[in-house]
Amino acid sequence: MGEASFDSELEALKAGDEAAFQSLIQRYHSSMFRLAMTYVGDRGVAEDVVQEAWLTCLRSLDRFEGRSSLKTWLFGILVNVARARRRKESRILPFSSFWRRDDSDSRRPTVDRSRFGSDGMWSDGPQSWDNIPEAKVLGDETLQHVRSAIDALPQKQREVILLRDVAGLEATEVSSVLGISPANERVRLHRARSAVRQMLEEYLS
Amino acid sequence: MTCRQVVELMTDYLEGALSAVDRARFEQHIAGCDGCTAYLAQLRMARKVMGKLADEPVPAAVERDLLEAFRTWRSAG
Repeated sequence: MGEASFDSELEALKAGDEAAFQSLIQRYHSSMFRLAMTYVGDRGVAEDVVQEAWLTCLRSLDRFEGRSSLKTWLFGILVNVARARRRKESRILPFSSFWRRDDSDSRRPTVDRSRFGSDGMWSDGPQSWDNIPEAKVLGDETLQHVRSAIDALPQKQREVILLRDVAGLEATEVSSVLGISPANERVRLHRARSAVRQMLEEYLS
Repeated sequence: MTCRQVVELMTDYLEGALSAVDRARFEQHIAGCDGCTAYLAQLRMARKVMGKLADEPVPAAVERDLLEAFRTWRSAG
């Protein structure tokens, strides 16, 4: 989608075009919910967060000038609402899961060293998936496994991979929404993608 | 470059963040390495599968409430 179609979408929304808003909901709502879940961990609270984010978008739509993409703006609002809610909730409930060990910013190798020989070349290399039917690779069961693999990631990796690979934001948009450097964003993304790939390898082989 | 090094550069490669020199060395390695070629293809496939997660349908009640909120916003504006 080029700038022109994005501008016309924004104009349609500002003009009160319900179909334009509905299309936005259908494209982004499930990613927004998933992202909210990484912050608050409770489905009901996450639903509230997403609802509040949408309402905030509507309230501020007239002031939005389109300096960032509509998508980036939307997810930026979601992250702000979700972070505020987490701060509020964490005063009430201890979120033990947020304190678990997290290697998201580590540059340690992501592939088990036992798979390489002493020369650093593959000894147990990955098998090509070319012979696996695409219907299986992209099937519902695979999707369910990928969902679980993402859910099992530490929060810092989950938010990055959800924005970049599920919601489809550009890399620069992800680092801007999360307030992290592009290099840091890639380190987290790399760990997250490696984990998802590894799960797929185990499942598909 | 060894395979062990190459796999750790794959995200930087896919994100277009490698320097021209590293990119050339990376591609040279990939061209002659079945294991790394498969690994890179798997990362691309993983991205494709993850992209499908965004297509999940919005619960009807949620969509109805949001459209209702939109109409309220429109009539107030």
